[in-house]
Amino acid sequence: MLKNRIIPCLDVKNGRVVKGINFVDLKDAGDPVEQAKIYSDGGADEICFLDITASNENRDTIYDAVERTSKNCFVPLTVGGGVRSIADINKLLSCGADKVSINTAAVQNSKVVEESSKKFGSQCIVVAIDAKKNDDKWEIFTHGGRNNTGIDAIEYAKKMEDSGAGELLVTSMDRDGTQVGYDIKLMSRISSKVNIPVIASGGVGNLDHLVDGIKLGNASAVLAASIFHYGKHSVKEAKEYLDSKGIPVRI
Amino acid sequence: MNVTIVDYYSGNISSVLNSFKEAAKYKPDLNINIKLSNKLEDIKNADKLVLPGQGSFKNCINSLKGIDGLEETLKEQVLVKKKFILGICVGMQMFANHGEEDGGSEGLGLIGGTVRKIKISPQHADVTKLPHIGWNQVTFFPNGIPIAEKFINRLDQNPHFYFVHSYIFHPKNTENYTRGETYYAGQKFMSAVIKENIIGTQFHPEKSGNDGLLMIQNFLTL
Repeated sequence: MLKNRIIPCLDVKNGRVVKGINFVDLKDAGDPVEQAKIYSDGGADEICFLDITASNENRDTIYDAVERTSKNCFVPLTVGGGVRSIADINKLLSCGADKVSINTAAVQNSKVVEESSKKFGSQCIVVAIDAKKNDDKWEIFTHGGRNNTGIDAIEYAKKMEDSGAGELLVTSMDRDGTQVGYDIKLMSRISSKVNIPVIASGGVGNLDHLVDGIKLGNASAVLAASIFHYGKHSVKEAKEYLDSKGIPVRI
Repeated sequence: MNVTIVDYYSGNISSVLNSFKEAAKYKPDLNINIKLSNKLEDIKNADKLVLPGQGSFKNCINSLKGIDGLEETLKEQVLVKKKFILGICVGMQMFANHGEEDGGSEGLGLIGGTVRKIKISPQHADVTKLPHIGWNQVTFFPNGIPIAEKFINRLDQNPHFYFVHSYIFHPKNTENYTRGETYYAGQKFMSAVIKENIIGTQFHPEKSGNDGLLMIQNFLTL
């Protein structure tokens, strides 16, 4: 049967991992290749890079990181952050990314999703949705959570599916960085609205949160950053825990 | 040994190239030379062929058939010269006679059958997503056939592989082949096929970690 996926996410800035595993025996803790390999060897089902490079002149650093990682890491690699055009997507894919996640550009112009999924196939187009609760609904935020668009997140998720997205990466801006757990209601609302897989993100602080994301949020995959960094939990531990809770995982 | 990965300008195949290069490192005695090409010379000079494929059946087959002489050369190498070919994902699907995606198109007809969208029965509709994305298990039925046994050599009983697709290959029941099966959306489907020198996987060995690399090594040593 199909297994639920665990996806560790690494923040990459100027080609270097800025939030990642901090083991003493790492030769170079900032090397994305070494970090990605530790995760994939530990059983990560996919790897995600979020490029948070601020300045435009350093944008090319992500391409080098992706190229080197794809030559050493043989599980799917998703790259997001600053993906704005067909040309960006083409460049990342030809460097060896298997999927790209599109955030702000998809909100500004859904044609990017339509055109890229036609050109490269839906399988490599992930739309990242950053949503924040506002009264009884969730609204889409862009630019790393700084701009509120007022767009309804649930409706938007459906629109992205119709535009050709292969998967949705849903992040609760309220929960991101809090370690109090995913926004389960947001995940389950979106998951029941669309037929494509939903990846839950934002707020994981312990292994039970991963279980909740899948069992209660109906997510197909769970993405987490900080619980895997600094050695708090390994991917292997996370998988064994999910398995003990009756969730199908690849062990 | 010359291995040509057929480049017909369809989708991203750098993962395929990278994984074959990695797998080849474990077989230094075979002196493997891997090339990404659509030149007819490189297809003819290859000892083994790899046909990747991403995106829609129609786009892939149109791109492939759009390259002058490629279809004929591939068929000659596979059907007459009996060279091993590994079709991956849509690469395997294109072995069929026909694909229903985007209004339908003719395939290469190397293995009889049709490629159709995964049907989700009503009782699975709530929890079943399309595309079928992620790691799923494959059960092989090699039945003592040497090529099939070699292709899955050193793999566990029901190994996991990475899938991403919405369409599946329905072979004609008159076909004589070995299959691998995977369960999804309340049904079993053919996730791998071995028909003499023609081998296909619906999953992506190039993205399936160590088991995927092992399978690629097995293919290289056939």
